Amino acid sequence: MPEILDQARTQVLGDGVGLDQAGVLAVLNLPDEHLPAALQLAHDVRMRWCGPEVEVEGIVSLKTGGCPEDCHFCSQSGLFTSPVRSVWLDIPSLVEAAKQTAATGATEFCIVAAVRGPDARLMKQMREGVAAIKAEVDIQVAASLGMLSKEQVDDLVDMGVHRYNHNLETCRSYFPNVVTTHSWEERWETLRMVRDSGMEVCCGGILGLGETVEQRAEFAAQLAELNPHEVPLNFLNPRPGTPLGDRPVVEGKDALRAIAAFRLAMPRTILRYAGGREITLGDLGTRDGLLGGINAVIVGNYLTTLGRPATADLDLLNELKMPVKALSATL
Amino acid sequence: MTTTELWCDRCGESATATAHPACASARQLEPPRFCPHCRRRMKVQVLPVGWSAVCVEHGEIRG
Repeated sequence: MPEILDQARTQVLGDGVGLDQAGVLAVLNLPDEHLPAALQLAHDVRMRWCGPEVEVEGIVSLKTGGCPEDCHFCSQSGLFTSPVRSVWLDIPSLVEAAKQTAATGATEFCIVAAVRGPDARLMKQMREGVAAIKAEVDIQVAASLGMLSKEQVDDLVDMGVHRYNHNLETCRSYFPNVVTTHSWEERWETLRMVRDSGMEVCCGGILGLGETVEQRAEFAAQLAELNPHEVPLNFLNPRPGTPLGDRPVVEGKDALRAIAAFRLAMPRTILRYAGGREITLGDLGTRDGLLGGINAVIVGNYLTTLGRPATADLDLLNELKMPVKALSATL
Repeated sequence: MTTTELWCDRCGESATATAHPACASARQLEPPRFCPHCRRRMKVQVLPVGWSAVCVEHGEIRG
């Protein structure tokens, strides 16, 4: 057994204290023959500190495309030659999407907009949309609207938004290679305000942007320092027309190593499968990740791409005897 | 993509001049982006279950 896994067994599984950056790097560098042991340990950590339940979430794009930012992975930037056109979702369709999500057994519904930050029109649409959902659908509402002012944070709390997603996307040292129109620190400031407001913080990122293994470890350590309620883990799905459109997808074993390493860095967080897992891991890898530290999934489609049918994930959870977290457990 | 469509609904290039196996594969996890009849970029809304794509000339399709 590699020394780092022995250390993690005592420190993370036993005491609930996450690995530091050097420890995460050691896990990310484990040879293939030790990957099953790392995944098993990460699974044991998840079961001990989070329990067997899996949080299920659906997401929808309220405002698609036309974003002024230049996040190099994103097909919704208006600065690239992506085929994605700008479109707004109307309130009845938003409510219908929430109903579709609730019908899967999901407890979370995240409303997302491709913006630098919300303007008055978007905040008005959010207020009307959240109210309409709460009137008709029994589900928790989360939001992801880019960078916020303090007043907008307070407005979202007032609407009843219980969790706010704002991904750091990658580590601080690599961020300028991925985004040039705003800084990592600006994102951190929004996250700080969200945390201070009492909303739950959801913050993760994308692996496979060209970062090194060392930078992947740096990212895990920075997320651990933030200590978010939830960490969505995406794997780059290269989008045509974006600067990262020709990048290779993350190797399946590297993705699984990262899942185990992020779990060992953050034993108590909700670690969610997000975009890209279908092409990076496929069906078999999806199962391996759920048995290697993951305890939440986005079911159904993503913002501009499609996911597996929700039933495929729900059947898998049933087979693995992992109960879907009930809404009553989240309130 | 059917043989009667003129344009690839993923990349917008001619669907009759060459085959688009990579696009066909990618389309399993993507909605269409271009109208297969006129090559216009469509307004596409992805929902948790399904999607809709609207061409101003040829109307809406759903999947």
